[in-house]
Amino acid sequence: MSKLVRQLLPFGSLILIICILSALKPDTFLTTDNFLNVLRRSSVNGIIAVGMTAIIISAGIDLSVGSMMALSGMVGAWVMLVIGGTNPQGAALVVGTFVGIVMGLACGFLNGLLITKLKLPPFIVTLGTMSTFRGISYVMNAGKPYNIPHYKYLNEGIVLGVPISVLIFAVIIALAGLLLKYSRLGRYTYAIGSNRVAAFHAGVNVDAYLIRIYALTGLVVGIAAMITTSRAVSAQPTAGVTLELDIIAAVVIGGASLSGGRGTIIGTLIGTLLISFLRNGCTLLDISTNVQLIVIGAIIIIAVAVDQLARSRAAAGRTE
Amino acid sequence: MIETTQRSRLSGPEIALRMNGISKKFGPVQALSDVSFTVRRGTVHALVGENGAGKSTLMKILAGVYQPDSGTIEINAKQKVLSKPAEALAAGISMIYQELDLAEHLTVAENVFLGMELPGRLPFIMDQKKMTARTAKLAQRFNFKINPTAIVEKLPMGDCQIVEILKALMRNASIIVMDEPTSSLSETEAEMLFELVKALRQKELSIIYISHRLEEIVGLADDVSVLRDGRMVHSGPMATLDIPKIVHYMVGRELKDFFPARNINIGETLVKVRNLSSKNGVEDISFDIRKGEIVGMAGLIGAGRTQVARALFGIDRKTSGTIELDGRRLEINSPTDAIANHIAFLTEDRKRTGLCLELPCSWNITLPNLVEIGMKNIIKPRQESKIVTNIAKRISIKWLGPQAPVDSLSGGNQQKILIARWLLAQSKFMIFDEPTRGIDVGAKKEVYSILNELAGEGKAILFISSELPELFGIADRILVMRRGRLAGNVNPKKTTQEEVMHLAAVEASLRKESLGQ
Repeated sequence: MSKLVRQLLPFGSLILIICILSALKPDTFLTTDNFLNVLRRSSVNGIIAVGMTAIIISAGIDLSVGSMMALSGMVGAWVMLVIGGTNPQGAALVVGTFVGIVMGLACGFLNGLLITKLKLPPFIVTLGTMSTFRGISYVMNAGKPYNIPHYKYLNEGIVLGVPISVLIFAVIIALAGLLLKYSRLGRYTYAIGSNRVAAFHAGVNVDAYLIRIYALTGLVVGIAAMITTSRAVSAQPTAGVTLELDIIAAVVIGGASLSGGRGTIIGTLIGTLLISFLRNGCTLLDISTNVQLIVIGAIIIIAVAVDQLARSRAAAGRTE
Repeated sequence: MIETTQRSRLSGPEIALRMNGISKKFGPVQALSDVSFTVRRGTVHALVGENGAGKSTLMKILAGVYQPDSGTIEINAKQKVLSKPAEALAAGISMIYQELDLAEHLTVAENVFLGMELPGRLPFIMDQKKMTARTAKLAQRFNFKINPTAIVEKLPMGDCQIVEILKALMRNASIIVMDEPTSSLSETEAEMLFELVKALRQKELSIIYISHRLEEIVGLADDVSVLRDGRMVHSGPMATLDIPKIVHYMVGRELKDFFPARNINIGETLVKVRNLSSKNGVEDISFDIRKGEIVGMAGLIGAGRTQVARALFGIDRKTSGTIELDGRRLEINSPTDAIANHIAFLTEDRKRTGLCLELPCSWNITLPNLVEIGMKNIIKPRQESKIVTNIAKRISIKWLGPQAPVDSLSGGNQQKILIARWLLAQSKFMIFDEPTRGIDVGAKKEVYSILNELAGEGKAILFISSELPELFGIADRILVMRRGRLAGNVNPKKTTQEEVMHLAAVEASLRKESLGQ
């Protein structure tokens, strides 16, 4: 019962926020344009949150996603400029996009490698790479962005009436949801997060799977990086500063446990949308961004507090 | 049938604790119904019962952790309401839990005075000298041998128990509850603990002693109370009881055929281990196990039995030695390799190294078997549920369904989840490390039956246990470990428990007779 409440709570809050905003601002909020706008804005965070969900379920954390996004974007844009000259177009953009995504994958792979082979806590490793990736992004063009004026498709492109970034977000959500539920990778992710030693004793190659989890997160960060680059038509070395905290917040609001073994993609989707709609609503209601920060902070704490309460109730019910 | 002796109606100064008509419900589950429990001053009172019988609930009520739905508690003839742990402590009740509750980096004296440190001359500075002196004095009064300035982390398990007891005594405890105090102690340490308990009794303290090991209760307890399904089924002096009677009260039936008879049909050699040594203290172990054979492994705690299993299963690195299965030499460097080569290892520590507690039962059962059951690429939950439910039926696991989290099950059923895992794996060589530890009598018997059944299917079984009676009950042969080496290889039909103990505990050079096959 309480478990059901816990699962429905973020979803209920999301619906509630949408209802309230619809009532308050029917003209500006309840429009297809506004909804697509919100989805488009949440796509970058949402895509990265999918990877973060898997990492958090495995009892890990990745603090480097923001820096990784900046670095992947910078590397992708740099390749575009190297191939296509000062104003790259066509094939140069495609190759650059591909390289940017692979860069993300490589960064994630590096995180996984350091965590498993040096046996270091994920918090420490990604705290380190957070700084290192950011530093490289700055060094690449002496702190200046790479401008790619024609790199617009990932942001402005529309397929079947839906912005391409939203479509990519949807595909990644669906794939990750299926992967977590119906693949050995997903199953092992939960097992490693729940009890790493027990998973190892049950024959799970823990190191190999952890590396995969971090690498795949790097991959989705790379994709998010190229969408961000397209949105700004330039790669910014300052992209994604403190992004990791927003992402972790969305995942936690969605019901994942930082101690591992628990979390779902649907939960994370709801957590991401909850934050996005809240931001959107505050903007429409002329509430300052500073106040938004206060509200989001409170929601994180309430969500986790309710979760704890529900869990301790459930635990008390089956003592002995 | 509920029996209550005259004793529970006794009154007067000799009664230290009287719990009367205690009932407690958790949701729909009636954990305790109308339980009365009386403890005399200066006695050791054993509290026994199967897992889930209500022992911990009763003790948590006494400790002020839970509130009873009805019933009263009298301590030293004064009625008390214990609404929180601090009140129970103030009333003279101290709990010593199975997992000791010590600050490992502090000294013995600091632990004894934890939370009630003696103030020194300066504010925020405690008087170390005085605390050390008073700890030493207290220890001396009870004849406990311990250094008050030693760091707890460096003490052996037995000494940690002393610290817990001193802690209780320093708080003027008159009733000490000990929950499975010997479960992590070696044989000698356990003996030492019994002496401690007797010393406490002599000083007019009352000890409520919870244990699954009935043998130790016989020598130690003055009174015994038996809980079954939340009811007090018997309470009376130990003198009128023996182990079969206690077991009878615990399970409500005689366990004449405690160790089921088996059709022993031993085939050719299946497992051949030669000169196995590991970094974890295993030295030069060689043995064979044949098809259908249950080979027991005895030894004291720290003799290296689990380490042998860990080396065989690829958890610890081998430094030398070979393992052959079915005449084929195996290359095992990880549990993954071991499982691929049809070896199973049921861990002794199911919570730490066995189960993913918050995950569903079905996931725990299929964890090492996903490839085996054809779910290498895609997991089919419905088919998985069906497979798991079948195997659960076979060994009668009691659960709310395959999707229930493992931590919602009782200890015995959790153990069965791990057994189900390895049954599903279709292993040929199965290592069971203390499979009956911490589970109740009924579940133990079921585990023995499963072992017999597996042997009947022609599997080779290595059965590690600290309980000699069960080794003698079902093993065809017993390997005795001592300090990482094999000290003996005996036939239980031609030897005695004393002799095995002798092999396990006494240096070979001091042994007169030469045992073994």
